[in-house]
Formats: sequence, C-alpha cells, structure tokens
Amino acid sequence: MSHHIVEAIDLCHCYGDGTQALTNITFRIHHGESVALVGANGAGKSTLLQHLNGVLLPTSGTIRIGEVPLVKETLRDIRRTVGMVFQDPDDQLFSPTIGQDVAFGPLNMGLPPADVAARVHEALERMEALHLKDKPVYRLSAGEKRRAAIATVLSMTPDILVLDEPTSGLDPRARRQLLGLLKAFRHTKIIATHDLDLVLELCPRTLVLHEGRVKADGSTREIFADQALLTACHLEKPLTMQGCPKCGGIP
Amino acid sequence: MANLGDRFRDLGRMDTMGSRESGLHRLDPRAKVLATAAFALAVSSFGRYEVAGLLPFMAFPVSLAILGEVPGGYLLKRIGLALPFVLLLGVLNPVLDREVLLQVGPLPITGGWLSFLSMALKLVLTAASAVVLVAITSMDGVCQALERLGMPQVFVVQIGFLHRYTFVLVEEAARMLRARELRSNGHDLTHREFGPLAGHLLLRTWDRAQRIHQAMLARGFEGEVHLLRRPSFGLQDALFLGAWCVAFLVLRLVNLPLLMGTLVSGGAQ
Repeated sequence: MSHHIVEAIDLCHCYGDGTQALTNITFRIHHGESVALVGANGAGKSTLLQHLNGVLLPTSGTIRIGEVPLVKETLRDIRRTVGMVFQDPDDQLFSPTIGQDVAFGPLNMGLPPADVAARVHEALERMEALHLKDKPVYRLSAGEKRRAAIATVLSMTPDILVLDEPTSGLDPRARRQLLGLLKAFRHTKIIATHDLDLVLELCPRTLVLHEGRVKADGSTREIFADQALLTACHLEKPLTMQGCPKCGGIP
Repeated sequence: MANLGDRFRDLGRMDTMGSRESGLHRLDPRAKVLATAAFALAVSSFGRYEVAGLLPFMAFPVSLAILGEVPGGYLLKRIGLALPFVLLLGVLNPVLDREVLLQVGPLPITGGWLSFLSMALKLVLTAASAVVLVAITSMDGVCQALERLGMPQVFVVQIGFLHRYTFVLVEEAARMLRARELRSNGHDLTHREFGPLAGHLLLRTWDRAQRIHQAMLARGFEGEVHLLRRPSFGLQDALFLGAWCVAFLVLRLVNLPLLMGTLVSGGAQ
C-alpha cells in the first residue's frame, strides 16, 4: 500500500511577488494516517495543500505521492490518487446539477457511463446526499454543499483525501454529521483546519505550521498540551481541553 | 440587489432544464444543434421586407418549447433580453426608408417599418430557438455537439468557459452590489463609483474563475467536455433533423400565409 504515502522533502514555495510561503517543509505521512495541518491565518496551510495534487508546483524540494515524485508528467495519476476538497464548496461545484458535478471526475477519467452512474450513486449515498442529485448548487444549504463537494472527490475513488477547512461555516448539527462521515473513511486524510476540536476527534497526528515552516509534528494530544508552542504559533487549546471557566476542571 | 440575484437563479434554471429527461432531451445534441442552425439559416435568408413568410417559422421554437416543457413565461423573458438590440439596430429604418410599400386600409406602411418588423421577427425567432436549444440540450450538450461536429476543441472550451464565467460574474456582481447598497443610504450608483467597482469585480471574478479552474484540474479536466449522456446519432435523430430541414425548405419556398390568403380570398370570389 506504499502508494498511499505522502512525503515532502525540503519543500519550498515562493510566489511570483517574492513572498516566501513555505520553507524547508519535510514530513512523511503513512497509509491510513489521519493528519491535521494547523496554523494561524497565513501560516502556509493552503499553499501546502495545493502542492499535494499539483495545483502548485514546488519552487524547490520534492513532493512524493507513494513512490512517485510530483512533476508535470505524473500529474494525471497523482490527481486520481489525491482527492482535494477545496475550502469554498462554491468553487468546487460548478455544474448545473450535483449529479453532474459528481460525475465530472469519473467522466474525465474516461470511465464508461454505467460505471460513472454507479460511482455517482455510491459517492452521494456515502455522503448522505443522494436526494441532492438533481438539485442545482444554489438551492443547497452550506452543509449540503460541503457534503456534495466531498462526494465530487469520492467518486474518483482517491486513496488520499485532502480537505481544506471542511467544517468552516457549518452549523453544529451539520458539523457533527460531517465529522461522523469523515470518521468512517479509511483513506489517508490530511485536514487543514482551525477547528481544533475536530482535530482532537479525527486526527491522532498534527503538523503545526508557522510562517511557512513546520514548528511541530507529532501526537495531537501532546501538541495541544504544549501551551508555549500553541501561543508561539497563535493557536489556542481546543475547547474540550480548556478548563471550566468557573471551577477550572477539565470535563 | 435582489434583482441580480434573481437573474442568476434564472440563468441557472436554464441549465437545470437542460438536464431533464424527455424524448427531446434524449435526442443527440448534434441533431438539435444542426436543426437550429438550419432554422437560423432559413430565417435569415428572407428578404429585408418579408414579414408574412416568417410567421410560420414560429412553429419550430414553440413546438420544441412545448414538447421540452420549457415554460412560456420564462421563454418570453429570455427573448425580451434580445429586444434592446433589435431597437438599437433598427430604430433608424423607419426614418431612413420612407417609401410606402403597403397600404393596410387607410394606413400606409413604409419600407422602413417593414424592414424593422422583419428584422425584429428574425431576431426574436433566432433568439427563441437558441434559448430553447439550450433549455432542451444544456450548454454542455451544445458544446459537446459542436466538438463532435468538428469545431476545434479550443473554441468549444472557450464557449463552455464563457458560459460558466457568466455565473461567476453575476454572482460576484450581486455580492458587491448588495454590499454597496446596504451602505449607500439610498443613493444610486454614480459613474465615479462604477469604475472602481467594475475593476474590482474583474479582479474578484478572475480570482474565483482561477479557483474553479483549479478545482476542475484537480478532478482530471484536460480540456475536453465529457457528458454522461453520449448518444450515437440514430434513426430518431435523423428523422428529427430531416423532418425539420424539409419543413424549413418548404416554408422558405412557399409563402404559407400568402397562399392561405389567396385561397381564402379566391374561395370568397
């Protein structure tokens, strides 16, 4: 199962205007791991995510998906392996109906129509969104849009799921529903988020980014217990790890 | 700016209609595109003063709209968008061409009015057929048909993207105008504000379009339009196309309203 491994070696990215967004990022994520990418705004999370399926290419350093280095020639295979769920579902859903949007990826993979239809059905069912199949995007609530956006990626049966802020803008019930669905996935998951309570529930491992560098990489519980590190990286403990404001006790 | 938001929903409605399931929707998009092209060709080939001969051509968009369950009110609204162009193009005809060509009772009709009417009719007919085509085929279906008919892929992708960009543009414009309106204290948009707003809109839509393009690339888009429905050109499609082409040819060669008028008035004598 080595093709589920995600590896960055001395990855650097410098934008056209000279902004150094990532500096010497190195990590290795193994098959089936669920890893959170946390950091303040502008820490480089989205830039790093965009490297994982070639939306951006490294200025220097290497990204490897499995044993395959990410270069222009390998983009097609890597994009099939790494499913990317964008931060704003409105950017991800562009077809007239949700069903057509979920079919977009499998159709581009050249699958026969019967297989495409089966994958659309399966992906929507898995995201509890089968009833949205014939609906246009603008009729959906934020939670429905988010589930549909994930279905558009699941239909390509990726081995690795990359999610950018999956719970932003969701009400508590929609967030809880999404959390339950994500928990059931066996994929290798990389989740960039500010929702640290989600990280506690879903990701045993956390990478902390600060000013384009990896500040910490390790057990989520240990990292979140390190107050000095969190403060230095402009982060706060998740609510469930904060003491009761009255008695100071942790539930 | 609820109005613009509504327009956006209206635009989306046309796309949603295109993905319905009906006999007409299931026809090969190529048959529908070719029939519409033949229709436009036949309509535009009429002389500049011809009005009566154009009227029977209404049958094409009207019958397709009925069979494809395209709501009449919706169709009229869309055609209404083409009317300002008609006015702009033909407004000077009645002024420039004052030769009386027809006498309807005491009312003299000049060549200018006839040519204006003829042009308006041609534009309305072609606009109606184009709206109905998209409503029963979807824009992606039309693009796929154009590609399969031999149009270079780069043009097809441009048309598809232009269509998608319209949505992005309207959506972003609606957001910006809503934000302005909430703080405008009832003042109308001035030309001074318009410049920066338009510039900002371009930059915002540019960014958004780029993100959408990235999302498409991330799901394997390589410049080709794929559709779940990819029918092969069958007997039904050939019959649809053939029957309409014959109808257009007959209606082009035989002036049906004139013929009926002659028959009726001949019968009365």
